[in-house]
Amino acid sequence: MFGWEFPPKIYGGLAVASYGITKGMIEGQPDAEITFCLPKPCGEEEKFLRIIGMNQVPIVYRDHDYDYVKSRIPDYMTPEDYYNFRNHIYADFSYMNVNDMGCMEFAGGYPGNLHDEINNFSIIAGVVARSEQFDIIHAHDWLTYPAGVHAKLVSGKPLCIHVHATDFDRSRGKVNPTVYSIEKNGMDHADCIMCVSELTRQTVIREYHQDPLKCFAIHNAVYPLPQEYLDIPRVDHGKEKVVTFLGRITMQKGPEYFIEAADLVCKRSKNIRFCFAGSGDKYWEMVDLAAAKGIADRVHFPGFQRGKQVYECYKASDVFVMPSVSEPFGIAPLEAMQCGTPSIISKQSGCGEILDKVIKVDYWDINAMADAIYSLCTNEGLHTYLRDEGLKEVAEITWVKVGHRIRKLYDECIYNGGFIH
Amino acid sequence: MKKICLYFEIHQIIHLKRYRFFDIGRDHYYYDDYENERSINDIAERSYVPSLQTLIQMCKDNPEFKVAFSLSGVGLEQLELHAPQVIDLLKEINATGQVEFLCEPYSHGLASLANEESFSAEVKRMSDRIKELFGKRPKVFRNSSLIYNDDIGAQVAAMGFKGILTEGAKQVLGWKSPHYIYHCASDPRLKLLLRDIKLSEDITERFSRQDWSEYPLFADKWLDWIAATPEGEDVINIFGELVTFGIFHPLSSNILEFLKAIPFLAKERGIGFALPSELCEEKSVGAIEVPYNISWVDEERDTSCWLGNVMQREAFNKLYSVADRVRVCGDRRIQMDWDSLQASNNFRFMTTKPGYQYRGIYDSPYDAFTNYMNILGDFISRVNNLYGGADNEEIDGLITMIKNQQDEITAKDKEIERLRKKLEKYNPTELEEKPVKKAAAKKSAKKVADVKLEETPKPKKTRAKKAAPKAE
Repeated sequence: MFGWEFPPKIYGGLAVASYGITKGMIEGQPDAEITFCLPKPCGEEEKFLRIIGMNQVPIVYRDHDYDYVKSRIPDYMTPEDYYNFRNHIYADFSYMNVNDMGCMEFAGGYPGNLHDEINNFSIIAGVVARSEQFDIIHAHDWLTYPAGVHAKLVSGKPLCIHVHATDFDRSRGKVNPTVYSIEKNGMDHADCIMCVSELTRQTVIREYHQDPLKCFAIHNAVYPLPQEYLDIPRVDHGKEKVVTFLGRITMQKGPEYFIEAADLVCKRSKNIRFCFAGSGDKYWEMVDLAAAKGIADRVHFPGFQRGKQVYECYKASDVFVMPSVSEPFGIAPLEAMQCGTPSIISKQSGCGEILDKVIKVDYWDINAMADAIYSLCTNEGLHTYLRDEGLKEVAEITWVKVGHRIRKLYDECIYNGGFIH
Repeated sequence: MKKICLYFEIHQIIHLKRYRFFDIGRDHYYYDDYENERSINDIAERSYVPSLQTLIQMCKDNPEFKVAFSLSGVGLEQLELHAPQVIDLLKEINATGQVEFLCEPYSHGLASLANEESFSAEVKRMSDRIKELFGKRPKVFRNSSLIYNDDIGAQVAAMGFKGILTEGAKQVLGWKSPHYIYHCASDPRLKLLLRDIKLSEDITERFSRQDWSEYPLFADKWLDWIAATPEGEDVINIFGELVTFGIFHPLSSNILEFLKAIPFLAKERGIGFALPSELCEEKSVGAIEVPYNISWVDEERDTSCWLGNVMQREAFNKLYSVADRVRVCGDRRIQMDWDSLQASNNFRFMTTKPGYQYRGIYDSPYDAFTNYMNILGDFISRVNNLYGGADNEEIDGLITMIKNQQDEITAKDKEIERLRKKLEKYNPTELEEKPVKKAAAKKSAKKVADVKLEETPKPKKTRAKKAAPKAE
């Protein structure tokens, strides 16, 4: 598998999903072995799968003795691995900027020269593909599609790509042509395209002109909360109710609709407060909007929430709202439901396809959103029902089940030659 | 001789409109006029008119053919407003004399499960309406969606009905057959007519389903099944909704041809027809105990599709929490809204049972619940405003007091009647009767006066109105 993020280093939803998929497959399928290629592992990743740090794979021949290599590479890799990779260098890359080990450095994350890093990643993928034994290639998100395509061309093994998001979701249709071309090229070469929702699958078919036969919706899942988070007590605000938005404050997440709905609710009720957690490019715009509407005293901006704070935030809320304009999947409502907080999500969210015990409204329908917020805050029955049934529903959504579905698609690719004949 | 008892329900709800919470307190009109007009016209045109015309023709052609109907009050209001031709047809079929109209709660609601007085008031209203429209007071009752339990049975019997229609649910019948007349366990005067689930649903549910092993169903096959029932099982109750013809099954499925063929083919097989009231004259074979609610809905045949989840129960409890206040308030508009809000369909839209698809204007049970609760919020505040903001306990206390006094007065009236009869028996002269009656009347009048002394000024009007006529 090629991936860009993996816990414990988390930049966004991709790390969590990559972890879930691999862990779910290993737990559910004893015969599965996964090698996960990351640009820059931090060394503290869990050990249930084999991690290859792409910044430790040589692309230029350097003659070092065993002990020196041993001293230079991290402990999840052996010098034999290094020599093995070194034996499979396929071209002269000495013009490139490599270190004394013949390896390339990665900044990790999403630096300014992202396109260079993507390119380097795919060059190294060629070495890895030549030296490793595997049955199938799985590339997560567009950053690793070139690597996946390269590996496929080198090895002839089937390629699955996992679409966690498309540029259409991020940009509301105004795509970046470079990103689009990378995405399109990856999809064209793929034998199987796994999308995180039917919504994304439709985008892939419609906007990237892919054959529907090879596109599948593989919904994400959630891991049960660790005890530490379960133990966070739910906060009772007495007569007041708290309605929360949590996520990046950016166009894709539809924050302005949340403020508009909050405004409608505030006009009619005195005891509902709004929590607007997160940061992003629209942060100040939203603060201004709340002030302009005259509801700044009821809308609170606690800023970016990290780790445990996220769950504390969920547990202190009576309603969670995700008004995303376009959300490939959106794991947040599932997490909120795990904390016993009923959710309102937009119909344009992929997770809505597998959730039944949530209220779904159109992101632009602020009247319906306000109505749902008000109803959840005033009608005990609805709140209780969605809380209890939501907990049950989300407990059924597990990564192991997702792993089995992915495995079925793998088997189809490996043994039956894919989906298009 | 085997007898088929055909009965069809005519009911359409008044659709509620999209009502946001910002409308609470500002907008007191709750109905979607467009949808109401559209849906009732559509149903009348596609179903009620053609099927009633067919039934009229069948009555004319076959003097032994008989069929029963019931109308809900809210459905009737809709028909009067938007499709009066259906009422004309009903009058026409009534004129053939082969038809019986049954009584049901005016609102098609669940009052029978919540509030006895509201329930009986509704039933009385509906009974009056039927008398007024069709000239005959109904003698047989059917509750909304055939909801029944022993308590409802006892109450319906006390209202003077001879029989009640209900479901031949497996969980109450066990090994028994629905093809006999039974009686209510808590009042033997009330006969039970139990629906034959299989034979009824062959028509109402499965008729045009092509994946059904018996498809296509022809009238002779269906009547053969009836003829093949064991000797002695003489009552075949076929109950359904009139929209079976045309809406559940399109007319293109030839369901009306099926219906038309029934009387003729039944005659060939020696099968007759009977009206519910005729069947109620027959002897019962035994009591049926129904401790839990049954109805004709879903596989469970219970009330879970209206009261299955917490949302539905909250809405239900909240609605009936003002039942007493609405009943004694005397405000026409409030009482009209009360009828349309009670209709059980409103609760059905909130069901979370899998497989239920039809939700009117709502896209989910939560949406249905939210909309209903918004309207209910406005409605309840209107009701409470009528009582000048007096606190709930006080009003509830007064209402209970009124009720107790009324009960007492009725009991005393009965006592007077009994004593008078006794007296007549011992001493059949007119002169002796008067003093006794006066004394009793005085007694009850005194009682009322006593109570009046404790009264608080506010609800005096209602109280006086209710209590005074009874005391005389």
